[in-house]
Amino acid sequence: MELVKPGLGLLFWMTITFSIVLFILSKFAWKPILNSIREREESINNALNSAEEARVQMSALKADNEKLLNQARAERDLMLKEANDIKENIIAQAKKSADEEGRKIIAKANESIESAKIKALNELKTQVAVLSVDLAEKVLRKKMEDRAQQESFVNENLKSITLN
Amino acid sequence: MQPNKRKISKYLIPVFLLLICVAYTSYSVLGQEHHAEVDTNSLAAESAHAQLENHGATAHDANKHEVVGAENGKLDAGKLIMEHIADAHDWHIATIGHTHISIPLPIIIKDDSGVKAFLSSKFEHGHETYEGYRLEEGKIVAVNADGSINQEASFYDLSITKNVASLFISVFFLCWIMLSVANRYNKNKGKAPKGLANLIETLIIFIRDEIAKPSIGPKYAKFLPYLLTIFFFIFINNLFGLIPFFPGGANVTGNIAVTMVLALFTFVITSVNGNKSYWGHIFMPPGVPKGLWILLIPIEIIGMLNKPIVLMIRLFANITAGHIIILGFLSLIFIFGAINTSLGLGVSVLSVAFTTFMNFLELLVAFLQAYVFTLLSALYFGSAVEEHAHEEHH
Repeated sequence: MELVKPGLGLLFWMTITFSIVLFILSKFAWKPILNSIREREESINNALNSAEEARVQMSALKADNEKLLNQARAERDLMLKEANDIKENIIAQAKKSADEEGRKIIAKANESIESAKIKALNELKTQVAVLSVDLAEKVLRKKMEDRAQQESFVNENLKSITLN
Repeated sequence: MQPNKRKISKYLIPVFLLLICVAYTSYSVLGQEHHAEVDTNSLAAESAHAQLENHGATAHDANKHEVVGAENGKLDAGKLIMEHIADAHDWHIATIGHTHISIPLPIIIKDDSGVKAFLSSKFEHGHETYEGYRLEEGKIVAVNADGSINQEASFYDLSITKNVASLFISVFFLCWIMLSVANRYNKNKGKAPKGLANLIETLIIFIRDEIAKPSIGPKYAKFLPYLLTIFFFIFINNLFGLIPFFPGGANVTGNIAVTMVLALFTFVITSVNGNKSYWGHIFMPPGVPKGLWILLIPIEIIGMLNKPIVLMIRLFANITAGHIIILGFLSLIFIFGAINTSLGLGVSVLSVAFTTFMNFLELLVAFLQAYVFTLLSALYFGSAVEEHAHEEHH
């Protein structure tokens, strides 16, 4: 049973060798390898996480933009509407004031026409009165001289008076 | 499907022809020299094994073949296999003609008179006695002045045997790979791994995420370096064991001393890290009447000691069994060849096919056993550091 009897020399050398290998590999091989594997895994994870974060931020940004755009659109609409209103107001007001002014001018014109008419009538009245008085005077003068004459005179005068 | 099939069949026929040619050549060599030299079996075995690229082909020691061959001119398969599986004091590479090419390995002996160190070539493959020691059946024994074996002499054999040398080579290789990979990580920090680093990283992440994290729990980081080390150590040594020629060919992970040290490391780490509830379960089994403790405590202690023993035997037995099966298939060629050359030729085709299949299976086993050893170690660590929150409910 030589096969299952561990040899002392091999036990001795194996223990020493294996201890040294364990030490060397642990310190100079596994440590750097495992560290860099871990670091790489962490950096990959971080990259994935930040990509996901960026994606979320992107979509948030997009939503924000959409909101802003909508707001701007609504504002523009409002402004347009307001401007329209103002325009209509101005036009309406202008129309109203123009109407009023026109009416005023017409009224004034009417007034002055009326007053001129009255003035003319008054002048005519006084003219008529003066003429009548003159006529009366002449009639009266003639009456004094002779009847016949008076009568002819009146007639004559009457003939000369032409109502203009 | 169609082009694939065609591709396989394209290779299948030449490979088959090649195998037959190789087998035939080795047999003609065997046939010619069989009567003249008793030793030729080993030569034929060597050439066939080497060319067929089969596992452990060069592993048998030349000096032992002389012994094996000398018995009655036939191959003693059992002995050959056992010699391959066992350790040796020189590293046999090839036999060309009658010349054995092997690397003599250092012998280190510690006895009462101090430490003696010399090369194993001084023993002349067991023919010579040197400094009061000689090789007997591949083992170092102390001899008296008159040449008889001294059974009482106490000495420690700390030689660099074939397994130790193979261990050094594979460990050097392992460190070289891992340090160069680590260096690459330091150079391009944060970049994706490339080439070898990519392969190693896949395995590292597999061990971390599939073995350490689920078995140990949140405290896994402390044990991860050890788990990675045993995994790659066992895996690399298993693979080196599958290489039939020089840098491989030894049976490191199929040696019980090696698996024993590995299991002891796991046991010591488990015990050192065992928390109150781990030891409490062993020495004060909760929820059990105190009278039963007398029965339960020994069982728990046996269970605790059982774990590393199981680890040790499982790895040893799996790897050794694989080596034995492969060598067994190859020995079949020579057993049948000794009866009749053409019978051996016929068997060789089957044997090689089976051995090839076994080699693929062994590649799987090489990974699987490394995985199992690592997984079980991780489970033991997990049981040592686990917090038993449910203890109150017992």
